[in-house]
Amino acid sequence: MSDVAERVKKIVVEHLGVEESKVTENASFIDDLGADSLDTVELVMAFEEEFQCEIPDDAAEKILTVKDAIDFINEHTK
Amino acid sequence: MFDLTGKTALVTGASGGIGGAIARALHDQGATVALSGTRREALEATAADLGGRAHVVPCDLSDPDAVAGLVEAAEAAAGTGLDILVNNAGLTRDGLAMRMKDADWETVLDVNLTAAFRLSRAALKGMMKRRWGRIISITSIVGVTGNPGQANYAASKAGLIGMSKSLAGEVAPRGITVNCVAPGFITSAMTDALSDDQKSRLLGAIPAGTMGSGADVAAAVVYLASAEAGYVTGQTLHVNGGMAMI
Repeated sequence: MSDVAERVKKIVVEHLGVEESKVTENASFIDDLGADSLDTVELVMAFEEEFQCEIPDDAAEKILTVKDAIDFINEHTK
Repeated sequence: MFDLTGKTALVTGASGGIGGAIARALHDQGATVALSGTRREALEATAADLGGRAHVVPCDLSDPDAVAGLVEAAEAAAGTGLDILVNNAGLTRDGLAMRMKDADWETVLDVNLTAAFRLSRAALKGMMKRRWGRIISITSIVGVTGNPGQANYAASKAGLIGMSKSLAGEVAPRGITVNCVAPGFITSAMTDALSDDQKSRLLGAIPAGTMGSGADVAAAVVYLASAEAGYVTGQTLHVNGGMAMI
């Protein structure tokens, strides 16, 4: 597992207070992990901070699963 | 009660009478204040008068780019995150609706409502992270009652109330409250321009029998900014001497 994936999962666990085992790559923040829309905004803010990148609103709207977040960060940070 | 030590507040329109009174009251309760407005000299005079914990961040709220950078500028000046935002700045371009120019409508909505929304949006990010925040918008009695000759102003002030209720619902789980204070007739440069005849007619409509002061409005803001008001959100606190009981 890449470093990015681990850091993303750690943030999700911390922010949503969910079991680490539930945070699989295909888990949807809202459907599987119990996030509400405000939580998803906060997650994006936390990703931006952790990875020192900017996630524009239109991209943020497409980040629905753990994998979406990992892929976006892998593509936009070096 | 109502201790604001350690909190940082941004007050727009702080070069005006009510805004200056609000900044002073927040500062008196221990807050660090960032004073915004278009008249730098007036802001600097107020800051100097307050002594420490006061910073000047001039901004023309009709300029979207300037608005976009204001919260950041206030946080940089104060050296801390923003805890309290007071959307106080406002202007009027009165006239009968049938004669009202588009530009007069737009200017009033841009400064009174759109800038308040943009500043709120910018301030909310940090407040969400810190799990604490207060957004207080100064609306007006006419936002609820309407007022002939002020279709634009009344719409902007009613808009602030609807906006605040919506934001309040969105961010309540994060320890952030969003409220309005609605002044009635307050002694200010705006009311000084009225004739004695106009004033006496107005006073007849105010059960308290006097005009309010900036300090009356500021006290309501201090309350809503305080930790004690943490369970009060989405509300409009009317400060009008009984002129309208809503």
